[in-house]
Amino acid sequence: MKKINNIEKYAKVKRKGSTKLYLKMTWQLYALMFLPILFIIIFKFIPYYGLTIAFQDYKVAKGFGGSEWVGFEVFQKIFAKRDFLPAVRNTLLLNVLDLIFGFPMPIILALILNEIRCKWFKKVSQTLMYLPHFLSWVIIGALGYQLFSLSNGVINTLITNMGSSPIPFLQENTWWLITYVLIGVWQTMGWGTIIYLASITNVSPELYEAAKIDGANRWQSCLHVTLPCIRSTIIILLIMNLGKMMQGSFERIMALSNAKATEYVTTIPVLVYRWGIQSGKFSEATALGLFQSIIGLILVVAADRVAKKIGEEGLI
Amino acid sequence: MKTKKIKSSRIIGKIVDAFFWLIVILVSLTCLFPFVHVFAVSISDEAYVVANKVVLIPKGFNLTAYQKIFADSSIIRSLLVTVLITVLFTVIGMFLTISAAYALSRKELKGAKLMTFLILFTMYFAAGMIPDYLLIQNLHMLDTIWSLILPLCFAPFNLLIMKNNFSASIPESLVEAAVVDGAGHFKILTRIVVPLSKPIIATIALFYAVGRWNAYQDALFYIKQRVDLRPLQLKLYYLVVSSQESFQAEGGNTGVLTNPEVLKAACIIFATVPIVIVYPFVQKYFVQGTMVGAVKG
Repeated sequence: MKKINNIEKYAKVKRKGSTKLYLKMTWQLYALMFLPILFIIIFKFIPYYGLTIAFQDYKVAKGFGGSEWVGFEVFQKIFAKRDFLPAVRNTLLLNVLDLIFGFPMPIILALILNEIRCKWFKKVSQTLMYLPHFLSWVIIGALGYQLFSLSNGVINTLITNMGSSPIPFLQENTWWLITYVLIGVWQTMGWGTIIYLASITNVSPELYEAAKIDGANRWQSCLHVTLPCIRSTIIILLIMNLGKMMQGSFERIMALSNAKATEYVTTIPVLVYRWGIQSGKFSEATALGLFQSIIGLILVVAADRVAKKIGEEGLI
Repeated sequence: MKTKKIKSSRIIGKIVDAFFWLIVILVSLTCLFPFVHVFAVSISDEAYVVANKVVLIPKGFNLTAYQKIFADSSIIRSLLVTVLITVLFTVIGMFLTISAAYALSRKELKGAKLMTFLILFTMYFAAGMIPDYLLIQNLHMLDTIWSLILPLCFAPFNLLIMKNNFSASIPESLVEAAVVDGAGHFKILTRIVVPLSKPIIATIALFYAVGRWNAYQDALFYIKQRVDLRPLQLKLYYLVVSSQESFQAEGGNTGVLTNPEVLKAACIIFATVPIVIVYPFVQKYFVQGTMVGAVKG
């Protein structure tokens, strides 16, 4: 009897019956949303209100309400700062280099791994290659200093043993840039193969058989079967990466920075940290962060539009 | 003539295979080499290390560096702090993520689309470092472990993965049947959805745990005066990367101390071992999670 009652009730609610019944049967869903929404409001939306200090001459003593409004003056001030343009340049430079050297590596590696038939060998090598992804940037930075140090790094020991002079991997600006990018490639290349390997397994075996019958060798079937089949994955990841051009990895830079090579270290997040948290210039730092977020958002939306236009599933 | 051609193409195939093996071996070794080297340094005698004699094989076997680490109460404390915040972060984060993912995956919830949009919007447009910092300051959470737990423990990206998984893998008829039987949504969530979604729950929990374990940016901002609340990664940052701090001397007297290479190496290994221990278990779930996330997100 009770069951029939429930069925009737449920049918009623489904037909958009009385509000009272609807609430009785769904209030628990709203209750489940209460804490998550509270967290989002406190830790994500209230900081949006904090963005107003980018348009104020913020004084800690006066607080948000009491500080004087100055319009876009803070932005004019930061655009004129000596560090501003280099920071934008460095942010873009590091990302472009990461893209050029870091993006193709997982694709190549995935294609090579796909050619390897020996299962245990594949598994062992994948386990090793994925490992750097699980380590924090502090550990990677510390490893970097152990390996690349000028006087007692093992790499320079090997180089000097071969008769050359040691290379200032982390002490000289250009070398620092190279090392920074190399370590990034090292950290991401193994893990990056996962998505490509997954999309390679989706390629229909019939295509390979057909190519084989047509006399294609491995190189040709890789070029004309595998690559076209993973093309959409490559494009979507490329677009996603282009959307991230204005972002900067603060942790990665901090873990690799030192007092000797400073030229390329000053990226936007580092500058925000220095101005805001180290020097207490909250208005300037917030304005700079906002500048970065807005351009970042525009890039992501543009990337999404482009992806949809060429017939891929969008990102947002 | 023809057999010769086939034979030679077979040989070329073998050479290509060998070449591929070589590349994969080299790449794998570059991932292994740094750890073997640092481990070798960490158990070698300081004299050999300073003379650059240790590459892959330890020389003058010596465990004093590890003894010093375990004698340094501040390092052990950092490890405990990290364990504590990782556990709290993961538990709170999972509670929020599962609740929201289930509610948002139900069609009866009005405004689910709007709420999803608002939550995901924060992923693409964050207020940034300084507004976050001022919020933590105003909440009086600076120099507390809560500053490392609450702000980041509800991650929109993880919510998205879990919500999509619930929508795809929990049969609608099952939930409807439970509703008809008079079960409330709390009951449906705890008795039906959670037991059916163990793999994705494990995956997301590991995402949270590994992410929290490895992060140090927020600790660098928020933990300033309370040196005793520094998580392990931040401790390692000060000890090894920026070398702003020295190891505690045995017995606690703070004399002039440099940071010897062997001790640094031991410290790196000390911080890496916990991750390496859970790594074989975690790896499978991470691979699965990445593929789920790649579908949309």
